[in-house]
Amino acid sequence: MSTLTMQGLSKTFVTGKQHKQVLKGIDLTLADNEFVSIVGTSGCGKSTLLSIAAGLEDYDDGRVAVDDVLIDGPGMDRGVVFQSYTLLPWLTARQNVEFALKAAGRGAKECREIADEHLALVNLSNAADAFPNELSGGMKQRVAIARALSYRPKILLMDEPFGALDAMTRRQMQELLTQVWETHRLTVMFVTHDVEEAVFLSDRIVVMGIGHIKCTYDVHLPRPRHEELAGSAEFIDLQRQVLRSIRSQEPARA
Amino acid sequence: MNSTQGLNAAAPRRRKRGKLFVIGRQPERTGYLTIAIGVFVLLAAGWWAATNLGLVSPIFLPSPQAVGNRLAKLAADGTLWTDLKVSLYRIAIAFAISSLMSIVIGVLAGCYGFWKASIEPFVDFVRYMPVVAFVPLTILWSGTGDVQKFLIIWMGTFFQQVLMVMDSVKRVPTDFVGLGRTLGMSDRRILIKIVLPSAFPGIWDALRISLGWAWTWLVLAELVASTSGLGYRITVSQRFFQTDTIIGYILLLGVLGLITDQAMRAAEKVLFRYNRRRP
Repeated sequence: MSTLTMQGLSKTFVTGKQHKQVLKGIDLTLADNEFVSIVGTSGCGKSTLLSIAAGLEDYDDGRVAVDDVLIDGPGMDRGVVFQSYTLLPWLTARQNVEFALKAAGRGAKECREIADEHLALVNLSNAADAFPNELSGGMKQRVAIARALSYRPKILLMDEPFGALDAMTRRQMQELLTQVWETHRLTVMFVTHDVEEAVFLSDRIVVMGIGHIKCTYDVHLPRPRHEELAGSAEFIDLQRQVLRSIRSQEPARA
Repeated sequence: MNSTQGLNAAAPRRRKRGKLFVIGRQPERTGYLTIAIGVFVLLAAGWWAATNLGLVSPIFLPSPQAVGNRLAKLAADGTLWTDLKVSLYRIAIAFAISSLMSIVIGVLAGCYGFWKASIEPFVDFVRYMPVVAFVPLTILWSGTGDVQKFLIIWMGTFFQQVLMVMDSVKRVPTDFVGLGRTLGMSDRRILIKIVLPSAFPGIWDALRISLGWAWTWLVLAELVASTSGLGYRITVSQRFFQTDTIIGYILLLGVLGLITDQAMRAAEKVLFRYNRRRP
């Protein structure tokens, strides 16, 4: 069991004399092994929400709990994949995964085995000894995903992980991520501005307006999911609905 | 088939022609070296011609042969080596102390708000003080020995280095630190395992650039109050109108700077080889 609960979450940024409330009473619970995407226009506070869940950002009011235990800053029960490339450039792909495992207190031999296993999971076994500088953007994010999964966090938090990738690579990454997730279930919170991506990957889509949750959509598309699914009428219909509620001014009802 | 071959053959030639005069195009290694050496040769030839054709009086600018002969003589009687040894010792010690201090203090100031607030404004203030004006004071404080030379070199380099080190620490991506946090690492471990290695290439570059200034401050310190060293020899020669020694030593300083700079660049290639793309 691993759930992520956020209740009455509020957050205000203060810059000088200006107060900007970015989150107003957010209530959101991610069920065990649920893949939840958060979509919304830029500046709606979706990345802030993820940073708070990761423990990287403070909040003013409310509570955040993993398995009903309040979080106290960042921790290894939550793995994070950032939008920017966060592979350490002086370490090879394998060493980058091992870096996380060492932080988790694993022994050297075990580190190597687990690292190789997770690089294989993201189809990068033959790039294990390459430095990040030699990897493409998509490969870097695959290593980052392998790294975040390697130490078995309860919750995986992904902040627009494919945002910097080109359309083709992004597609491949989405397919890879569903494959990995379908064989290797865990609770995922996935922030994106790409509605198609959200529909393709998620069990549930949360649409955010400025600082609040507008509505949520359950995605009943069958799994395992493949690329052809994106052409189905059901898929396109849901995608259209989500897009419409992102654009609508008034909170829509789902 | 034929036409595509023709295109392929023509394309590289056209690219090559423009290479040296297109913004952003990197010259090839051989081309770069040829041009670089060519400039030196050209200047030397100009110097040789101007002096040997009698266009300038030797008292203002002695000929290359005269300078070479003088340097050879000074090398033969050991003067050159003693001067060099003394100067190298001074710059090595002073630069090492300054670098070590600036790395420790600069990294602290780049990481922690307290150190930033206490160091940055002060450093900015001292940085604009003329080092030259401190020469009489340093003599008063520490005499005319090596310590005074260390002081001048340190003053000239440390305050510049600290700022550059701080800057390279600030350029460490915030998400790298965020990564360390999400892995449950303590601030101290994040500093050692993530911030330092990440800032290291920038710090190394800061050291390389500041080494150039250290040479200048060394000579300045030796010009004013000294009884040994390269700068001292230049002042002494000035008294006796030995322009050939002065020019010889100035050239020598240039060469020494070039050598140390290239050595540090070479070390950079070894230290940060992860930044290179392997074929």
